[in-house]
Amino acid sequence: MGGWNILRVALIAIRRNPVRSGLTMLGVIIGVASVIAMVALGSGARASIDEQISSQGVNLIYLSAGSWGRGPGTARGGAGSTTSLTVEDADAVRAQVPLVARVSPGVRGRAQVIAGNQNWNTSIEGGNEEYLEIRSWRVVAGENFTARHVLVADKVCLLGKTVADLLFPGEDPVGQIVRVRNLPFRVIGVLAPKGQGQWGDDQDDIVIAPYTTLQKKLLGITHLNRVTISAVSQDRVEQAAIEITRLMRQRHRITNPDDDDFTVRTVEEMAQTRLDVANTMNSLLMSVASVSLLVGGIGIMNIMLVSVTERTREIGLRLAVGARSRDILSQFLAEAVTLSVFGGLLGIALGIGISETIVRSLGWPMQVTTEAIALAFGFAAAVGVFFGWYPARRAASLDPIDALRYE
Amino acid sequence: MALIRLVDLRKSYRVGDVTVHALRGLSLDVERGSFVCVVGASGSGKSTLMNVLGLLDRPTSGHYFLEGEDVSGFDKDRRAHLRNRKIGFVFQNFNLLPRTSALENVELPLLYGGRALPPAERHARARGLLEAVGLGSRLDHTPQQLSGGQQQRVAIARALVNEPELLLADEPTGNLDSRTSVEIMEILQRLVRERGITVVLITHEHDIAEYGTRVVTVRDGRVTSDTPVQNRRDAAAERAALPPLELEVEPEPAEAGVEA
Repeated sequence: MGGWNILRVALIAIRRNPVRSGLTMLGVIIGVASVIAMVALGSGARASIDEQISSQGVNLIYLSAGSWGRGPGTARGGAGSTTSLTVEDADAVRAQVPLVARVSPGVRGRAQVIAGNQNWNTSIEGGNEEYLEIRSWRVVAGENFTARHVLVADKVCLLGKTVADLLFPGEDPVGQIVRVRNLPFRVIGVLAPKGQGQWGDDQDDIVIAPYTTLQKKLLGITHLNRVTISAVSQDRVEQAAIEITRLMRQRHRITNPDDDDFTVRTVEEMAQTRLDVANTMNSLLMSVASVSLLVGGIGIMNIMLVSVTERTREIGLRLAVGARSRDILSQFLAEAVTLSVFGGLLGIALGIGISETIVRSLGWPMQVTTEAIALAFGFAAAVGVFFGWYPARRAASLDPIDALRYE
Repeated sequence: MALIRLVDLRKSYRVGDVTVHALRGLSLDVERGSFVCVVGASGSGKSTLMNVLGLLDRPTSGHYFLEGEDVSGFDKDRRAHLRNRKIGFVFQNFNLLPRTSALENVELPLLYGGRALPPAERHARARGLLEAVGLGSRLDHTPQQLSGGQQQRVAIARALVNEPELLLADEPTGNLDSRTSVEIMEILQRLVRERGITVVLITHEHDIAEYGTRVVTVRDGRVTSDTPVQNRRDAAAERAALPPLELEVEPEPAEAGVEA
């Protein structure tokens, strides 16, 4: 019997009992739809993390003061809490680690920023002229501050999009004056919007100024909170981080890593934690979805077994008029695979629909990928073959005489 | 050369702890174009004989020559192929596929046997045969919409669709009333007369056996008598002599309405 006839006979058999066929497919439909939706959820999460990494700059390394390490008997304040990180450290990193491309010493604080009758509490960051480039941040209006501004600790600043919109609604902030803790700063640029950060914070709720200005005129400190560093390329980030750590231990005369008074972290490393969480979550959801696909497959097997018993006489007759065992095998296998493939197609449609609905109603990032569709479809077809095999085998091994007499 | 030559056929099988000897050295020749009726009580071995003749089963020993070829040792697939090409089956309980049109039922054997006939030719063949058995107006009826006699006629058309040499009929009138039985026997007699088909019919009714050219009696797995029929019954004449029915049975009033 040719391929086309096998399919035709299978379709006729499926159509002969539409309700049962529909219910059988339902298991596969639900299974495939949930696999598609779950994979979409996972890829969406990964894609949004990837996007956040690249929005921060992929080569990024943070060298922060203080340590998360847990030494015995010592109370530790965590990153940013000590005063041991200095501009000299930053200069040493720049001079002695060849894998490092750019270095920006940095300080951070929060401050009330006032412009006219508007005011806003925001975070204020200090860096040098290279800071924006390291963070791959663009200036959309005005311009970045220069090395000269940094050198003379000039009171100039750049506003993040959120701050600019809040303080100067409908106005061009460039050239205007904002007061930070009663200190007047001239706005020389507005930053391009960056969107949500890794932890869901608003990255555009920020004011950036030369670190020297903040150290001397605003915070009254000489140490740094953090040094922002970029490696020469993405694949050298790990190595650069290792060398920075080594250099810092040497400079701070630290022999035991538990005594570190600094923390070196790469953006990739930070993102990795979130990716791990996303992946774990995804695997969990996937396994639940796979179980429903498995149950769908068992449903197919169950129905096919019933069908074989019910159609024993039909099988006997087909054998009598010249069907070989393998014709019967392929017929029942074709029925099972057709059911699962149709179920798979409907499931894909449903899965895409569910993903779209979730994107629209809950705003979760979801991505239905071609791979996910191919995977779910292949899985569904495989379920058909796997769970259709046993009933088909049983049908094919029937003895024509017994089958014809079956009541 | 005889179409069928059975030489010392034996068949035994186990039922639980008991070995049943269904055929015990049965020999028989069937000439081409003959209409042989095999009669025997239940347990005589006639059903086993039917299964062996129909290549549904293999004899334990002995030889079965079909058109001079010893087919007794053929494996499943070769037997399936021969069944498809050379043998047509008619069963007591018709064995039509439910919820499937008469046309598709008749086409069924054409799906097997390794031949890919184009659909148009399959339809044409099936339609021609259904017309030949008087069901030209019921091509799309499913078995549930047909009377027993009509179902058996569909089954005969199906048996003929591959132009077999041999038609095996196992109690074909067992589930039919006497009038319909005569109709079926008329078709079988016509097939032998007009198409030269060889019919082997199994029955336990001696009066049905008298429609054949030869009656073979089987008992305890052997042929106990083999005689030509002296006063052969003519189904066509018998049917003509029957009183006409009060009304033609038309199960579907809609169709009757169209014709009226």
